[in-house]
Amino acid sequence: MNRDPQYNFAYLDEQTKRMIRRALLKAVAVPGYQVPFASREMPLPYGWGTGGIQVTASILTDQDTLKVIDQGSDDTTNAVSIRRFFQRTAGVEVTTATDKATVIQTRHRIPEHALAEGQVLVYQVPIPEPLRFMEPRETDTRTMHALEEYGVMHVKLYEDISLHGRIATSYNYPVLVNDRHVMSPSPIPRFDNPKMHMNPALQLFGAGREQRVYAVPPYTSVKSLDFEDHPFSIDTWDEPCALCGASDTYLDEIILDDGGARMFVCSDSDHCSRRQAMAAGMDSDHRAGSPAPAAGTEAA
Amino acid sequence: MSAGPLIAAEGSGNGSARPLLAAESLSKWYGLRAACRDVSFELWPGEVLGVVGESGSGKTTLLQLLSGRLTPCGGRVFYHDGDDVVDVHAASEATRRGLARTQWGMVWQNPSDGLRLGASAGANIGERLMALGQRHYGNIRNTAVDWLRRVEIPEDRIDDPPAAFSGGMRQRLQIARNLVTAPRLVFMDEPTGGLDVSVQAKLLDLIRSLVARMNLAVVLVTHDLAVARLLAHRLMVMQGGRVVEQGLTDRVLDDPLHPYSQLLVSSVPRV
Repeated sequence: MNRDPQYNFAYLDEQTKRMIRRALLKAVAVPGYQVPFASREMPLPYGWGTGGIQVTASILTDQDTLKVIDQGSDDTTNAVSIRRFFQRTAGVEVTTATDKATVIQTRHRIPEHALAEGQVLVYQVPIPEPLRFMEPRETDTRTMHALEEYGVMHVKLYEDISLHGRIATSYNYPVLVNDRHVMSPSPIPRFDNPKMHMNPALQLFGAGREQRVYAVPPYTSVKSLDFEDHPFSIDTWDEPCALCGASDTYLDEIILDDGGARMFVCSDSDHCSRRQAMAAGMDSDHRAGSPAPAAGTEAA
Repeated sequence: MSAGPLIAAEGSGNGSARPLLAAESLSKWYGLRAACRDVSFELWPGEVLGVVGESGSGKTTLLQLLSGRLTPCGGRVFYHDGDDVVDVHAASEATRRGLARTQWGMVWQNPSDGLRLGASAGANIGERLMALGQRHYGNIRNTAVDWLRRVEIPEDRIDDPPAAFSGGMRQRLQIARNLVTAPRLVFMDEPTGGLDVSVQAKLLDLIRSLVARMNLAVVLVTHDLAVARLLAHRLMVMQGGRVVEQGLTDRVLDDPLHPYSQLLVSSVPRV
């Protein structure tokens, strides 16, 4: 798609992009630390990914290939809208293939396909402050971050165990980045937490409403908080993906009818369709060009 | 002031050569109004110092100055941490908060100020331990059970939030939460205020036995002379931000020298 010349490249003006890039540089320099930035009004409501979009807009070049996923899927409303937004305002290549993308904007998932050096993963973050629910005062949480007072995070996990017998936090599971800052990984399932650890890709987080960006640079340690006698663990499923047969991916439960029939399928539609294509003996270039609806997401 | 060391020798019996906490000419002004004027004293390990006076006499301000919550306009506070001397107000915030979490305790009149009302009783007791880096759920929970027993809260209430507790239980929980790290110094601001007399008596009994067993030094702010009589080894009487009289509790209450102390003692209704 050609770029709409009425817009500056990637919608934001150059000064704004420079401002956000300065904040991002600081964020990369201090992994996990929330850097304030002057979030702009975007042409979509807060909560729909304004933070991620601003980060993507400020790092995008015309050489980039963009992939946008929402809950692991390339063809949900949010993903389609944001992808179309950058096609129109930046004229960049878009793809659904994780390995072909240079910039991936995501909400709620990390792709199943391992990321590589040179790729950038941009997260949309609703609430960047992991201490918020234990300590509502922003002045206090900043002091707690500054002095590394993170005991309250374990109070939350303690409560989980005493109420449920195990750590029941299943998404937005707090992590310790670079052995220094406790960070909210955005609402990704805890299944994805281990993928953040020592990831070769650059991970950037943008919270538009809260006006914060933070980052996990490549090859940075990311530890999920836990107790010695209740170690961190990821979810498992009793059955494999009904479409591609994968047993090592994050599965969505799909209700099929009113009679209680259900199936479990990969939430990562690109990964699932690639596996199905390989199983069918097809080559994988069916994904080149415009995103065709994948079998996995048709069911979704 | 000369009474201080003498009391410590009797009170704590550990022969410590240095005071735990020393205040030097503490003052706090709000504009032209003095909340605290030129207060100096020493507190020895294991000693309970009562601060009495009417509302507005500067008791709570003094407590906040001592615990580093307020910055004084003049004067200094020294805390002896082993062989180190910490100038409380010149120290970094990290040091101050570190002391407040480990070696100090703070018991508020209103337990909801000192408790996490949304978290369970067990989590409230365990919070300081987790802040100190304990990461074993089973151990933390056992410690919490132990402390609930010590403050006479039924063990099966461990997963209930303090919001579901009575006032007296909340106050006992607050005490447990503070004492779990075995602090050396506890600040108490009207710990029995707002409780009915029988609950008050039980709480006083509990505080007295814990203080004795753990060799705690306490700065106890109260307007209730009966509480002061029961708990405090030594009393300071404050009026208008000044210390007008100080001495052994029994001496001050039985033979008050300053006219204001005399007024205070004679104001207590006798049943």
